[in-house]
Amino acid sequence: MTELLVGTHKGLFALRGTNGDPMELAVRAFPGETVEYATRDPRTGRTFASVSNGQFGPRVMFTDDPGLGEWNQAKGPAFPDDVDAAVVRTWVVTPGEIDGLLYAGVDPAALFVSTDNGETWELNRGLWNVPTRPEWNPGLGGLALHSICPWPGDPARLAVGISAAGVWLSEDGGDTWRTGYTGLVPEYLPEDTREGTHALCVHNMRRSPVRPERLFMQFHGSVYRSDDTGETWSDIATGLPDGFGFPIVLDPADPDAAFVIPLDGMFDRATPGGRVAVYETRDAGASWTARGTGLPQKNAWLTILRQAFGADSGSPQSLAFGSTSGTVFASGDGGASWGTAFDRLPRITSVRFA
Amino acid sequence: MATVNLRAPLKDLAGGNSDVQVEGATVGAVIQALEKEHPKLTGWILDEQGHVRRHVNVFVNGERVREDAAVQPADRLHVLPSISGGSP
Repeated sequence: MTELLVGTHKGLFALRGTNGDPMELAVRAFPGETVEYATRDPRTGRTFASVSNGQFGPRVMFTDDPGLGEWNQAKGPAFPDDVDAAVVRTWVVTPGEIDGLLYAGVDPAALFVSTDNGETWELNRGLWNVPTRPEWNPGLGGLALHSICPWPGDPARLAVGISAAGVWLSEDGGDTWRTGYTGLVPEYLPEDTREGTHALCVHNMRRSPVRPERLFMQFHGSVYRSDDTGETWSDIATGLPDGFGFPIVLDPADPDAAFVIPLDGMFDRATPGGRVAVYETRDAGASWTARGTGLPQKNAWLTILRQAFGADSGSPQSLAFGSTSGTVFASGDGGASWGTAFDRLPRITSVRFA
Repeated sequence: MATVNLRAPLKDLAGGNSDVQVEGATVGAVIQALEKEHPKLTGWILDEQGHVRRHVNVFVNGERVREDAAVQPADRLHVLPSISGGSP
């Protein structure tokens, strides 16, 4: 039995069933509110939901109830009194490498840290106070810290991705930060303005747990890999129908594996040619193979947002993604074949395996 | 004490009370006192900088005001979601 946590423009939907088959709706929570992101901490079983209300603002909710019935509001993420900023939305909640440690990434781009399993949150001032922050600019989705990549077993090492302020790396638990910009090419800028720019639009970034110096990134217009902890990046988009896309997921058991969902160009931002396909690499991006069996192959112009593609750690691996048009597709065989798990949901913002 | 009138979903977060009496010399102080009495309301009306959220309307005796408006003990406050912030 698989459980998917699906965040949407109209609440959280928990789907249960078998990957590749239609799933049942088990729970709907937060109707009328946008669930930007939902995930379950595998260490504690605690489920988190980042909820945004158009009128009453954002909050992080959590529950220890497997039935997702009783939710509690976390204290934060919220900026302290001496910081002139307010949280617009929480993009991601990520477990850390110490018991009780979690990270949250928010808009405006900031990292928050919890040491009590997500009940209270504190601003990471090291990243907030980096001198270049006044030069950062938002992407269309805001100034978002949306990707947090801990280093397995080492809480001191951390990488985060920001739209549109690039990759930031820390090796002292977040006290100090440096950039990981080298090799990223912002083709959306004139060539003579690219050198030294901070306007690097990371769409999604993941670290291989079995080879943690390796990260994969879906960038605004290309796909990249780093083999040196995020210091330098190599373009690996050759072989994809388009370098553009939002999410990227990995196979945690295979450091050479990654999956992306290319979208058409920088303007349409829909599946190319009306055909839906996940592209898989098993050689670290040297080649890509389309995995479209069971996915719509005509008249399907879907958009899949940055948090709307999830993967588990099973073997064979299960994968699932959701579209802004409200369909969840899932695969129980590592992407070889796909089925519609659920249809006619509201605009899907995130998909995660519980 | 001023009376704060709440509607759903704020009423639910205040334990089902639609009228809550709290003290405070300004709208901001009244709402903070309301949050202290009903912690589940924290962050819903005021953001972390103490500003009334952009898509929330607060009225004192029928006049739309911001967080720095003065409040008298006999005043009646209404807290309403703005139509501008609704989700389509």
